[in-house]
Amino acid sequence: MPALKQLSDLLSAKFPDAFLEVTEFRGMLSIHIRGGLILDLLRMLKTDPRFAYNFLADVTAVDHLKKGGHTRYSVVYHLLNQYDAKRIVVHAWVDEENPALPSVYSLWKTADWQEREVFDLFGIRFEGHPDLRRIMNPEDFGFHPLRKDYPLHGRGERDDFPVVGRTIGSKWPADRSFE
Amino acid sequence: MGIDRSGRGEWLTTTLDAFVNWARKNSLWPMPFGTACCGIELMAVLASRHDIARFGAEALRFSPRQSDLLLVAGRISIKMMPVLTRIYQQMPEPKWVISMGACASSGGIFDTYSVIQGIDKFLPVDVYLPGCPPRPEAILHGLISLQKVIMRDSMQHYEQLDGAAPG
Repeated sequence: MPALKQLSDLLSAKFPDAFLEVTEFRGMLSIHIRGGLILDLLRMLKTDPRFAYNFLADVTAVDHLKKGGHTRYSVVYHLLNQYDAKRIVVHAWVDEENPALPSVYSLWKTADWQEREVFDLFGIRFEGHPDLRRIMNPEDFGFHPLRKDYPLHGRGERDDFPVVGRTIGSKWPADRSFE
Repeated sequence: MGIDRSGRGEWLTTTLDAFVNWARKNSLWPMPFGTACCGIELMAVLASRHDIARFGAEALRFSPRQSDLLLVAGRISIKMMPVLTRIYQQMPEPKWVISMGACASSGGIFDTYSVIQGIDKFLPVDVYLPGCPPRPEAILHGLISLQKVIMRDSMQHYEQLDGAAPG
């Protein structure tokens, strides 16, 4: 695996407009790139024998609403090289107005459900995804609850159900003590 | 209750309420709705050590149409609540509901947008079981408590409400 400087030079030459930076935290390299070219970058990381990150371990996202960052959302790809057990993290930064980026389903089939989860919870669309539906929340949910501007207790969804009473036996004694 | 003192034991007298309630309380057919760790604890109650069959409630049916006791064991999400309501409505009368554990009774530690904060907001609950999850002894205690509720029941309580649709 190229070291930080080498990787940074290589990527800035290959993706001059989209490449942002490479950071390191405790030996783990993170590539930051604008979302539009994420498919090209991940294809290179998968197929180029210098990298050979052949396994997509996880897709998730971060909402940097007040945290600060290049844009509001970053979609995070965790890649694993199964030949030498090396890992790398790729942050794809997407805009607040139209959060969308290319799907990587064509590279890894596992991206199907993982991208659906990110779509469900963050409302980030993956263009070219074969079946981009909500995966966990009800289909008519209407919000993307892991966005930081969504309240923890929701907007009343958990209180919005019909109340079913007793159809018969309604004259039960008010005093329901057992003893 | 009157008993035949002749030595032959051929008859006894009682009230219809007492007789029907006695029959009902000792043959509850639970519909287990296990969605979390409470469901695992429920399985222990069914097994030989605690043995819910001692209280006549061993005939678990996974069809609501064959059950009269809804055992809600675990947290209920907003996606599951319409399913639970549907299952409750499919159960024939008379029917009872046990809300097992902190999550089913109050949402427990899951005070978030996606978890119902107590099924009793939407369903009539007869017995609440505290615990996270409740011990098998607590579940048996809840069942015995429900049996006491059933013994207090009376036929005159079962008049159909005007205009109410049967469940």
